[in-house]
Amino acid sequence: MKILVPIKRVADPDNANKVKVSADGSRVTSEGLEQKVNPFDEYAVEAALRLTENGATQSREGEVVVCSVGPKDVAQTIRGALAMGAERGILVDGADDAMDANVIAAVLEKLYAQEKPDLVVLGKQQVDGDSNQVGQILAERLGLPQATFANSIELADGGKACVVGREVDGGVLRVKVGLPAVITVDLRIVGSKAIANGITPATHAYPDAPRYASLKGIMSAKKKPIAEHTIASLGVTEAPRIEYLKFELPPKRAAGVKVESVQELVEKLHSQAKVI
Amino acid sequence: MANVLCVSEIQDGKVKKGTYSALACARQIAGPTGGSVSILALGAGIGSAVEELEGYGAAKVYVRDDGTLGGYLAERYAPIVAATAKAGGHDVVVSVASAYGKDLMPRVAARLGAGLASDVSSVQVDGGKILFRRPLYAGNVLGTLAIKTPIACATVRQSEFEPAQPAAGSSQVVDAPTDGSPAAERVQFLGVEIAKSERPELTDARVVVAGGRGMKSAENFKLLDPLIDLLGGAMGASRAAVDAGFVPNDLQVGQTGKVVAPELYIAVGISGAIQHIAGMKSSKVIVAINKDPEAPIFQVADYGLVADLFKAVPELTEELRKLKAQG
Ligand SMILES: Cc1cc2nc3c(=O)[nH]c(=O)nc-3n(C[C@H](O)[C@H](O)[C@H](O)COP(=O)(O)OP(=O)(O)OC[C@H]3O[C@@H](n4cnc5c(N)ncnc54)[C@H](O)[C@@H]3O)c2cc1C
Ligand SMILES: Nc1ncnc2c1ncn2[C@@H]1O[C@H](COP(=O)(O)O)[C@@H](O)[C@H]1O
Repeated sequence: MKILVPIKRVADPDNANKVKVSADGSRVTSEGLEQKVNPFDEYAVEAALRLTENGATQSREGEVVVCSVGPKDVAQTIRGALAMGAERGILVDGADDAMDANVIAAVLEKLYAQEKPDLVVLGKQQVDGDSNQVGQILAERLGLPQATFANSIELADGGKACVVGREVDGGVLRVKVGLPAVITVDLRIVGSKAIANGITPATHAYPDAPRYASLKGIMSAKKKPIAEHTIASLGVTEAPRIEYLKFELPPKRAAGVKVESVQELVEKLHSQAKVI
Repeated sequence: MANVLCVSEIQDGKVKKGTYSALACARQIAGPTGGSVSILALGAGIGSAVEELEGYGAAKVYVRDDGTLGGYLAERYAPIVAATAKAGGHDVVVSVASAYGKDLMPRVAARLGAGLASDVSSVQVDGGKILFRRPLYAGNVLGTLAIKTPIACATVRQSEFEPAQPAAGSSQVVDAPTDGSPAAERVQFLGVEIAKSERPELTDARVVVAGGRGMKSAENFKLLDPLIDLLGGAMGASRAAVDAGFVPNDLQVGQTGKVVAPELYIAVGISGAIQHIAGMKSSKVIVAINKDPEAPIFQVADYGLVADLFKAVPELTEELRKLKAQG
């Protein structure tokens, strides 16, 4: 089984309230913030690794190829995934602000054609643009089935299909997608029993989180190959379909008051705020 | 002139309330440009939903009521939505940014060769040009964007658009054109488990009481039940509470969960991480109960109570009960 995992780096999500907007409103700047792998993409890497290994013996039983579109220094982000255990990396050089979901999907379509993976596993959304589109657009462009917001993946039909649990409003929707397919993952995909690949014994319980890179992993990642392309060298001519005209900071919510007691709270909610 | 197609969300034969937020956005776009609004209804056994949708003064209500659409699959729905958008000469296609709209609309946009603005919080029509505004960076930046393709697609934040009200004028009910995709042959709907509850849905509720890691266990979440029922509200949670398995995933409020804007939001044992605040800061009145006076939730709370929740919540419930008894 071969899995392609697109990953993006984002400004440290725990400090997203420190991003700034340039004076003319034309750009968002996250200077000074640490660049990290998009959390959902880290879950995607973890899911792909669990699908292609024997979790009990830790032997690799397939191939995970990670790719990222962005400035040259996303190589570091790719190395991080290689250190977790992915086999290879692909870096596609492109400026962050010259791309929208459509351009990214067009790039991924080319990589898909080169790599011919059985599965593409992505994050459900990147947490800086919060756009939540790339996986679905890619699936449509490729004419493949999609299973978005996955919280569980089980290989079925002798590896020809996946049964996927999808987080939907109010509960979980289950679909079976024939491979190749596109899956986007939600946070529960790293739950200890979220993935069943038929190789890892059902009794094996993973930790409820993506794995840390081991020292050995970090050392071996340095030797793993990262192929480089540019958007143009891949023959992608697609232009962005959306254009941001302006960025601004949202109005701040004014801080309220502290109340001394439950009685005072109820009194204020009743006669001041009039919500009860 | 922008003719807008609003894709409704129907579940178990009923129109989901978020549909009317999308419809409100559709009207805001069509109104100033002198365009029309039409509605698309897809599903199986949706007769009464269609009847309801006919009461909103849309030019047309496109319908495909068909057994193969019983279980929702983007691969089946997207081709029909795209075909309807084209056949009806629509310039804009909108739906609500629910799990349904987020799954479906990018696929529709790709089929139409259209750009998509996701999670839109407001629209503005400026000399015929449609501008979409949406939050980025967990709501810490607002971006205004234009869509450069002939057809524009958008998903709409339910919490930011007051639901459209019924309107006079009869709608013409027409069959939606049909279309398919090879991807649909390779996907199978197996089922959906929706938790049944007497309470309003989290995104529709007038009051939300949300618990965090401070609740400490699934069992303790029951402490919130009487309070929620007294207020006729819905239960929400932080991701930490979901991660710890105290409550199901779909109660998560925040950047990567549900976005809510009730009249009253009560955060109990929630620290107020930016990802959580992203999902509730548009609430009209925010109350925070937390034992840590430095918790960031107090920076957005209208009323903050520094207290042990295990004492404060039962007290609050009791006080409200008294207030109710007084009428
Ligand atoms: C990619 C990403 C996406 C995320 N998306 C979301 C999201 O959508 N929604 C979300 O909520 N989070 C999200 N998070 C997680 C977020 O960063 C925080 O970790 C989370 O919100 C913390 O939840 P909490 O406030 O319940 O827990 P904590 O931060 O642990 O806070 C618990 C609070 O309870 C208080 N407390 C404890 N005991 C008591 C008591 N007896 N009485 C009163 N108070 C008490 C403590 O003082 C503390 O303030 C996301 C994180 C990432 C990385
Ligand atoms: N620049 C990028 N390079 C590689 N993958 C990306 C990029 N942007 C988005 N993705 C993938 O697409 C997913 C969804 O992103 P989005 O639709 O932009 O919110 C992410 O979680 C990534 O897996």
